[in-house]
Amino acid sequence: MSTKHDGHLHHISQQFNSELSQLKAEFLKMGGMVESQVQHAMQALENNDYELAEQTRLKDKEVDRMERAIDEEANRVIVKRQPTASDLRLVMSVVKMVADLERIGDEAKKIAKFAISISESETGALGSRYDSVVEAKHISNHVVAMVRDALDAFARFDTAQALRIMKEDKLVDQEYKSAIRSLVTFMMEDPRSISTCLSIMWVLRSLERVGDHACNIAEYVIYMVEGEDVRHRPIDHAEKVVRP
Amino acid sequence: MTAMNQPKTTNEFAQKDARQTPREALDHWYLEPDAALRARVSNLKFWYGNGTQAIDDVSFPLVEKKVTALIGPSGCGKSTLLRCFNRMHDLYHGVKYSGSIELFPENENLIDLDPNVVRMRVGMVFQKPNPFPKSIYENVVAGLRIRGISKRSQLDEIAETSLTQAAIWDEVKDRLHQPALSLSGGQQQRLCIARALAVQPEILLLDEPTSALDPIATAKVEDLINDLDGKVTVLIVTHNMQQAARISHYAAYMYLGKLVEYNETSEMFTRPMCQRTEDYITGRFG
Repeated sequence: MSTKHDGHLHHISQQFNSELSQLKAEFLKMGGMVESQVQHAMQALENNDYELAEQTRLKDKEVDRMERAIDEEANRVIVKRQPTASDLRLVMSVVKMVADLERIGDEAKKIAKFAISISESETGALGSRYDSVVEAKHISNHVVAMVRDALDAFARFDTAQALRIMKEDKLVDQEYKSAIRSLVTFMMEDPRSISTCLSIMWVLRSLERVGDHACNIAEYVIYMVEGEDVRHRPIDHAEKVVRP
Repeated sequence: MTAMNQPKTTNEFAQKDARQTPREALDHWYLEPDAALRARVSNLKFWYGNGTQAIDDVSFPLVEKKVTALIGPSGCGKSTLLRCFNRMHDLYHGVKYSGSIELFPENENLIDLDPNVVRMRVGMVFQKPNPFPKSIYENVVAGLRIRGISKRSQLDEIAETSLTQAAIWDEVKDRLHQPALSLSGGQQQRLCIARALAVQPEILLLDEPTSALDPIATAKVEDLINDLDGKVTVLIVTHNMQQAARISHYAAYMYLGKLVEYNETSEMFTRPMCQRTEDYITGRFG
């Protein structure tokens, strides 16, 4: 039995309605924060912007604080309301998805740290010296869009969109692999580039992880709406759940 | 629990139905593969003496040695349904039944049996503890004495097992001959459960057994019901949905005299099949 997106606002208890709305709103706010965190980290890396990188790094504290606050709020809802069925799935999904958002924030922080160390190194900015930076930018655009779409899918209880994100993740994995291959080629051609290339590899790795977390969020959206756990199963299963 | 994500088809149940239960009885329900039926309610309708129809075409299985909960808003017919199981309505004039409550493996229709025989076979515990104004011991063995058992050693043995099963033995073993009314409310209720268990009922009916108890006594009674899972077939009416979620294995949601959903409790409280069930258990009802 799937859930309509406004279903959480029809309890007899108005207070319960507002608690759930609050939980959703806080989650989306945190999602917006980590989304821009990833964008800023990449911008800082690309433009050799020390200030922006530092700001992005510090932003992680705020994200961590929000994770704690949302978890606490979810605990309060569970204690006070003993949610069941779709309400329970909403609360549990938020608790799980918050962890994914926090991890996305961590990955953004890692990228920001690379941006800081690169800007402080003698070689200076990466700029677009390597095609792989362009490639990293491309992947970052892709995964940031995935995070945004995942949050959107959550806000609108849109399982079709969630399914699309799960499929997108496979593309990101392919892009990641091909970017790594081209970096290996660079390193073979010019051994002086090895340390920079390794940094970019770590950035790529972080971006790929961001895509995985967006995919996890999409899986929880499907669980929340349909009540069916699609994790760790072939994509066909999710397809059957979403389009029975 | 059965694998949650496996589609449960009729055929799957039919294949795994290795017990003597009539095959068609299992066909419509989401039961665990090894579930055997103790009773089956089929198209049951019930009218009170004044012509009010309280139960309208209810069908559901009662799985052997499992706890089944009846939930639903006030006035939906849960208690009326429960009372059909021991024919308590027959105490009033002009009541009418249609449909059947079949008992297995005897294949007898409970509605056609003599109410006194039914009440010997089906035990009941009420909302408010109602011990007899006798000693604790005499309360437990009362049913046995009526059945003609008078051998002291046998009575002692059954009294001890029943009180132990009802998780009250340790509290009363040194005061078995004191008045039952000297016990606390929670202890009295557990004593009533022991009294019902002493005669080894085929089905134990519990009508909101904890609504008059404090949280600690409630927790003890709930623990006791949990212990009965796997030993006795229990049908319980409860207003407290969290309680139903905690102690029952199967749950039936009723509304306006009709059965809306029958399901495994864990399923019903995480992903109910019907919108009306969802609305009720999540508090959107009304």
